[in-house]
Amino acid sequence: MTLAAAIFGRAAKAVTTLLLIVILNFFLIHAAPGDPAMVMAGEAGAADEQFIQQLREQFGLDQPLYVQFWNYVSGVVQLDLGYSYRQQMPVLDLILDRLPATLLLTMTAFGMSLLLGIVFGMAAAARQGKWGDTAITSMALLFYATPLFWVALMAVVLFSVKLGWFPAFGYESVGAEFTGLDMVLDRLKHLFLPALTLGLFFMAIYVRMTRSSVLEVSQMDFVKTARAKGLAEGTIRRRHILRNALLPVVTLAGLQAGQLVGGAVLTETVFAWPGIGRLMFESLTARDYNTLLGVFLVSAAMVIAFNIITDIVYRLIDPRI
Amino acid sequence: MIDFLKRFSRNRGALIGALILITVVLLAVFAPLIYPDSPWKMVQRPFLPPFSTEGLPLGTDTLGRDVAAGLVYGARVSLIVGLVSTLVALLIGVPLGAFAGFYGGLIDDGAMRFTEFFQTIPNFALAIVLVAILEPTLPTITLAIAIVSWPPVARLVRAEVLSLRKREFVEAARLAGLSNTRILFGHVLPNAMSPIIVMASLMVATAILLESSLSFLGLGDPNIMSWGYMIGAARTVIRSAWWLSFIPGVAILLTVLALNLIGEGLNDALNPRLARKGR
Repeated sequence: MTLAAAIFGRAAKAVTTLLLIVILNFFLIHAAPGDPAMVMAGEAGAADEQFIQQLREQFGLDQPLYVQFWNYVSGVVQLDLGYSYRQQMPVLDLILDRLPATLLLTMTAFGMSLLLGIVFGMAAAARQGKWGDTAITSMALLFYATPLFWVALMAVVLFSVKLGWFPAFGYESVGAEFTGLDMVLDRLKHLFLPALTLGLFFMAIYVRMTRSSVLEVSQMDFVKTARAKGLAEGTIRRRHILRNALLPVVTLAGLQAGQLVGGAVLTETVFAWPGIGRLMFESLTARDYNTLLGVFLVSAAMVIAFNIITDIVYRLIDPRI
Repeated sequence: MIDFLKRFSRNRGALIGALILITVVLLAVFAPLIYPDSPWKMVQRPFLPPFSTEGLPLGTDTLGRDVAAGLVYGARVSLIVGLVSTLVALLIGVPLGAFAGFYGGLIDDGAMRFTEFFQTIPNFALAIVLVAILEPTLPTITLAIAIVSWPPVARLVRAEVLSLRKREFVEAARLAGLSNTRILFGHVLPNAMSPIIVMASLMVATAILLESSLSFLGLGDPNIMSWGYMIGAARTVIRSAWWLSFIPGVAILLTVLALNLIGEGLNDALNPRLARKGR
C-alpha cells in the first residue's frame, strides 16, 4: 500500500469515528435528566414554564427526535458545536481559545516522558539484574501506581510552597508584562511542573516498554552475529539494538497519546492551566453540557490526528510497511 | 495449586503486594466495627494534625471529620468499584473477543471495529462525560469505568482464541461432535484463562485510579466517602494542611502498587516459561 492510499484510508476511518462520536453525543444529551431546555434555563438563571417553552421552540426541541438529530449532526459538521450559556460564547470559540495551551502542555509532557522513558529504559536494560536496573524498574513501578492529580498536588507542595522554585498555577506571571526572552523563561517556568507531573505516569510506561523491547532484541540472531563479527559493544547497542527496539516503543507511545489528553484534565485542573482540560472541569461544575460534549469531541479529534501522524512517521521510519 | 503458590511466593514483590492488599481488604470489611460512626460525622475541631490527639491517629479534616475513619470507609469504595467494574468489563470483553476470534470473518471485522472505536476515544474523557451526564452514583461510576476498560480485554481474548482454535485438542473436540459454543466455552476459553487473570488484576488497579480521579474532580457519589473525594476536598487548603491531601494519596498509591505487584507475580506464576524473560 502506498503512503497516500494509507493516509486516505486512515482519514476515511477518522471521519467515521468522529461521526459516531457526534451521534453518541446526541444521545448523551438526551439521556441527561431533564431536557436540554431545562438545563439551559437553569444555566441562564431563569426557570419559569413560559421561558422554558420558548427555549424549546427556539432550539427546535419541540420537534420530533429525528429532526433534532439531523439539526444537531448537520450543525456539528458545519463546526457549530452549540452555545455555552454559562460563558456567553459559542462553544467552538471557547475551545479554540483554550486549545493552544493544551497542545503545548500535552506535547511537552509527551516529549519529556518519551525521552526520559527511553533513556531510563535503555539504562535499565544495559544493567539487567544489577542494582541500577532494580532502582529504575522500582521507580517506574511506583510512578505507574501514583494518581496523576496527587503527584501534581504534591509537586505544588514541595516545589512551589516549600521550596518556591516554580509557580503553583497559571501559565504566566500575572501583571508582570514580560517581553522577549523573559516572557519565554516565565512561560517555561510555569510549564515545567504541569508537564513533568503529567508525564511521569507515561514515562513509567515507556521505561518498562523500552526495557523489555531492548532485552528482547538483544536476544536476536543478528545481534549475536554482530557480536561474533567483533563489533564494539557500544556500536552494537546503538546501531543494531536501539534502532530495532525503539520502533514498537514509539508506535505504542503514539497510540497512547489519547490517555495524555485525558490526564490533562486532571493536571490542568490542579495547576489552573488554561487549556481545554480545565474547560472540561469548569463545564462539569457548571453543568454546561454543550461545552462538555464539545471538549469531548475535540479531544477525540486530537487523539485521532495524533494517531494518524504516528502512523505516517512509522511508515517513513520503517520502509518494510 | 501448591505449585502455583510456591511460584507466586518466590516473587518477593508479589508477596508484599498480597500482604498490603489483605490489610486493605480487612480494613474495608471491618470498617463498621472499627468506626461505628459515619465517616461524615464531625468529631473534633478541624485541622488537627496527625499524631496530635488521642483517638484520632491521623487528625481531622477541614470540617473536623476523622481522617482515619474516612480512609477506612474510602477503602470500601475503591475496592468495590475496582472489582465490580473489572467484572463488568470482563463480561463485555471476554465474549466479544472470544466470538470474534473463534468465528472470524464478518463477526470478527464488526467486533474489532467496535472495539477500535472505543479504544480511539480518550477513555478518561469518556468516563467523565458518562458520569457527569448520568449523575454520579456508585452504579453509574462503576458502569462508566467498565465501559472504558473492556477494549483491551476483547483484544487479548481474541488473540488468545485465534491462536488456540486451530490446535489439536479443538479438532478433537470437533470430531467428538461437540457444538461450537461448547468447544469455545468448554475447551478454548479455559486454556486462555491465565493471561485474562493477569490482565484482570492489573485492571482492578487502573479502575481504582480512575475512580479516585473521578471523585477528585467532584464526580464521586456524594453520599459515599472516597479517597479521591478526600484529596479533592483538601485541595483548597493545600498550603496550610498538605497532609490532608497527602494521606489519602498514599492509600491509593499503596493499594494500586499492591495490585500491580500481585499482577506481576501472577504473571510469573501462571506463565512460568515466559517469566523473567521480557519485563
